[in-house]
Amino acid sequence: MLKKTSLYKKHLQANAKIVDFGGWKMPLHYGSQMNEHHQVRREAGMFDVSHMAVIDLTGQRVREFLRFLLANDVGKLKTIGKALYSCMLNENGGVIDDLIVYYLDDTQFRLVVNAATREKDIAWIGQHANRLGIKLRERHDLSMLAIQGPQARERVKPQLPESLQESAMTLEPFHACWNEDMFVGRTGYTGEDGFEIILPHPKAAALWDNLLAAGVTPAGLGARDTLRLEAGLKLYGADMDENHTPLDSGLDWTVAWTPENRDFIGRNALQNLRDSGDHDVMVSLVLLGKGVLRGHQTVYGQGGGQGYITSGTFSPTLGVSIAFARLPVGHHQQVTVVIRNKELLARVVKPPFVRFGKANIELPKQLEDTENE
Amino acid sequence: MSKSNIPADLKYAKTHEWARVEEDGTITVGITDHAQELLGDLVFVELPDEGQEVEAEEQCAVVESVKAASDIYSPVAGEVIAINSSLNDSPQLVNSGPYDDGWLFKLKPTNLKMDLAQLLSAAQYKEQIQNE
Repeated sequence: MLKKTSLYKKHLQANAKIVDFGGWKMPLHYGSQMNEHHQVRREAGMFDVSHMAVIDLTGQRVREFLRFLLANDVGKLKTIGKALYSCMLNENGGVIDDLIVYYLDDTQFRLVVNAATREKDIAWIGQHANRLGIKLRERHDLSMLAIQGPQARERVKPQLPESLQESAMTLEPFHACWNEDMFVGRTGYTGEDGFEIILPHPKAAALWDNLLAAGVTPAGLGARDTLRLEAGLKLYGADMDENHTPLDSGLDWTVAWTPENRDFIGRNALQNLRDSGDHDVMVSLVLLGKGVLRGHQTVYGQGGGQGYITSGTFSPTLGVSIAFARLPVGHHQQVTVVIRNKELLARVVKPPFVRFGKANIELPKQLEDTENE
Repeated sequence: MSKSNIPADLKYAKTHEWARVEEDGTITVGITDHAQELLGDLVFVELPDEGQEVEAEEQCAVVESVKAASDIYSPVAGEVIAINSSLNDSPQLVNSGPYDDGWLFKLKPTNLKMDLAQLLSAAQYKEQIQNE
């Protein structure tokens, strides 16, 4: 039985094409994934992300616990409301999930984890939390909306309770503020400015209606995927999983190696891998030619070495295909990709592909020359 | 969900292409409204070459959306006499007008009568997609 978010009826009313995603009936698009993508880059769009799990952790030793549980260091969170992106690893350094953790107060932190990994995450966290007397509360009572785009914050502002307006509008990126029943984070998964708002189900439905009336377009999982890829953001289950470490997944930057005396789950395995250099790397690709890079396509590095695309798409903003690929360590500048039995060249670029609505990479000039001939 | 448009005057392949017999005896080929809806926004269309000979049910084109790539099979045998080159720059025409501006290619048929007999009527095609 597939689960529905509290906004399911709203999606049907907005003519959503519904798909199964991680055990949930979610909107793929509301007519045109492409238009929704552009809407977010140019104005504002809203996503129902209530399938993601909100988990509150409480206890006197919660900070100590999270410093052990997560590969990034919660010790970096000095001010209340600050958020941190981190991988949660197993003993082998494999990624159990990627998540955002918010510092609520000295005895309470909030995690937002992926939908498909919700249950194994809770089992894993619970198994370690017991030892330190940490209480874990899964917030089934809450929905989550992401409003993203250059105009997102301005459009949301009038919908916020007055007591939150000023603090929400002056939030620094990756910070949150809240009152009794609304939690507003200046975070997202699109490469645009915006908010992620966590709130009780009935309030979520009202917020959805009000934002719709204010001209914020609903956007589905399809646009969410093309937006996050353009923004250079990895997707759990595609670009990372339990069989690969953050080093193999382009997430080295999220691992806090210092302080050296901080032990965290997976540290030893990761350290050994880093010392030996015997791991893969992730590169960002732009296809030089017509076609679409997609997950599982085979990639050949120019200096030898074979790998594969972990996720790829057509980039609506750039008009070319982009992807992430996992390859053996090497100095990769250009690769060959096999698409439908044809070998095409792709250039390795520095992500993100798109930032704040604009191309962040040099677009291939060859595209015009190699097509249609 | 919107109901798919299935014009009564066209013939349909099980693989979701349509064929229209024009007044001059040539055949225009495209993909159905149902097919474009399943694929979502198209981003590339790869068409056959003019002058190319194709068999009925031969794979001769590719349409690719943000979501997936899909092979296109010619509903009838013949020689490709025209391709819709505006799709090179505007593949989304297939989404907005699958039966008019979004046509894919035109054929001079070589075995029309027998090939047409293998295709579905609008009613049969409607039944097929309802059972999918």
